Amino acid sequence: MSWVLVLPLTIPFVTAIFAFLFREQSAGRWISVAGSAALVAASLVLLVQTIDAGVLAAQMGSWAAPFGVTLVADLLSAAMAVITAIIALAVSVYALADIDADAERAGYHALFNVLIAGVMGAFLTGDLFNLYVWFEVMLIASFGLLILGGKPEQIDGGVKYVALNLISTILFLTGIGLLYGMTGTLNMADLAGAVESADPGLLSVVAVAFMVAFGVKAALFPLFFWLPASYHTPHFAVSAVFAGLLTKVGVYALIRMFTLVFDHDIGFTHEILLWIAGLTMAIGVLGAAAQNDIRKILSFHIVSQIGYMVLGLALMTPLALVGAVFYLIHHIIVKANLFLIAGVADRIAGDTDLSRIGGLYKSAPFLAVLFFIPAFSLAGFPPLSGFWAKFIVVKAALDVQGWVIAAVALVVGLLTIYSMTKIWAEAFWTPHPDGVDPSLATLAPATRNALVLPVAGLALMTVVIGLVPGGFMSFAETAANQLLVPDAYISTVLEARVE
Amino acid sequence: MNSIILIAGTRYLSALLILFSIYALLRGHNEPGGGFIGGLIGSTGFILYAIACGTDQARRALRARPETVAMIGLAIALGAGLSAALFGDVFFTGQWLFLGATETEKGLPVSTVLAFDVGVYMAVFGSILGLVFAMEEEI
Repeated sequence: MSWVLVLPLTIPFVTAIFAFLFREQSAGRWISVAGSAALVAASLVLLVQTIDAGVLAAQMGSWAAPFGVTLVADLLSAAMAVITAIIALAVSVYALADIDADAERAGYHALFNVLIAGVMGAFLTGDLFNLYVWFEVMLIASFGLLILGGKPEQIDGGVKYVALNLISTILFLTGIGLLYGMTGTLNMADLAGAVESADPGLLSVVAVAFMVAFGVKAALFPLFFWLPASYHTPHFAVSAVFAGLLTKVGVYALIRMFTLVFDHDIGFTHEILLWIAGLTMAIGVLGAAAQNDIRKILSFHIVSQIGYMVLGLALMTPLALVGAVFYLIHHIIVKANLFLIAGVADRIAGDTDLSRIGGLYKSAPFLAVLFFIPAFSLAGFPPLSGFWAKFIVVKAALDVQGWVIAAVALVVGLLTIYSMTKIWAEAFWTPHPDGVDPSLATLAPATRNALVLPVAGLALMTVVIGLVPGGFMSFAETAANQLLVPDAYISTVLEARVE
Repeated sequence: MNSIILIAGTRYLSALLILFSIYALLRGHNEPGGGFIGGLIGSTGFILYAIACGTDQARRALRARPETVAMIGLAIALGAGLSAALFGDVFFTGQWLFLGATETEKGLPVSTVLAFDVGVYMAVFGSILGLVFAMEEEI
């Protein structure tokens, strides 16, 4: 039973080792694809079992909670594991065409799979220090991926990325130390009970330390500077998996800690989160308006969209948390897809700078359709997935008379449409400045399939979530209820049998 | 960097750091220390060497590619965790073997826990060196 939780963690590590062994041959990249496919299967099994049981927990090394490391999956964790696996599969197929032999020899596939393992670990762990370890695993792997290729601007972005993330890590570690000093435990489920007897003032201080640490990871205002400085430099496959998953680990950690442990003074902590959410949305979208490169625009939109998810958390009503969960799932798919499409546009039109490309609508209409779906889903057009995500969050804000924050969310939505329209107009409608017709037919068939298949698959998922939101919505409702009333989570972790 | 003082000092310091890293690794079995910190200390030995004598020299001294060391370490660590499955235990449950144990003597304990620590040491050591060498060579 415990292996259901262990497999999503071990599969990427095993894949990394074998992909590294075969890095000189083409077998390496296929091992990565096969590993990701196995990961999808394993995480789907986990999701099905979690839906059946409610919450799953397993004690690693046969050490009982709260002393050992517990792996635990509630619906949110399991759903995040599935989404991570899906993105891993899409990106590893895309990487067949996107990653050059030099990067493969330098160990791209191994680093990629270690990164996925780190993300999986962060979603599935029930232990705060273990979460810190997974953050470190992600940080080292993502730094390696970021500087693969060795261009000066990559090193520049990579150093900014690591410097700011190290500050976050140190704060995280400080927070862990303080929390351990106050309660004597780091098991999250155990903490939920233990903090009740702690000094509430001190606890709020620790909560803010965690907020800042996870805020850097999630790219919240005013700590997001590392993201637009680094996400436009690496390979497209790399930036897609970063854009899809890395900041969302920060959001997930925020949601987990601020529903399970730091809910002692919602008026204080969640009020801060509310302000931050509004500012993150607004500053992110304004930053995007000033950019003229597809990947830079999309990078700022990551920041802006993170605001919506944190808004869901900040309101802390059942509906708002449904919105946050729904938004998380929708956003990962859409955002990774947009970066993949930017890569296709770069491949056939020659650049991602909007002033230097164009004509994609005329010569590559299929790509135009594939861009239209995630771009306008991001902006919140009905009936795409982003519409429902925004709708729930804004409705939750209106339900608690948060007129201002609801207005901010709506205006930011409008400005998002402006940015997406800008990409649409410049890259797709205006003719190419060099007079060439950038067509998908110029690519070799194998390359074309590897680039377009994952994009089409993710776009299809966006449409499906948009057209039949009911199932996803009721899933998000159950997940949000588990977050709001974490009794099952706590009892499952603390009572999980040591086999 | 071309400093005769640094080069002369590094010869002693590097060796000491690597020795100390192995001490930290083994000490970690029952006391503060372990594979992670040991790997970090060990890598600083080679980083110092690379700064003083250049990455070419450091790579030659290391003999294996740092990435290979990291991956072998990952394989050892993962193998140590997965070996629990052979005995029907939960992932990462320590498996112990007491060499030469008799009824009165405890024997020499050998465990997957130690193997895991050695794996972590190598993984940290290799990945840090891989990153640092790459950065040194780019700049």
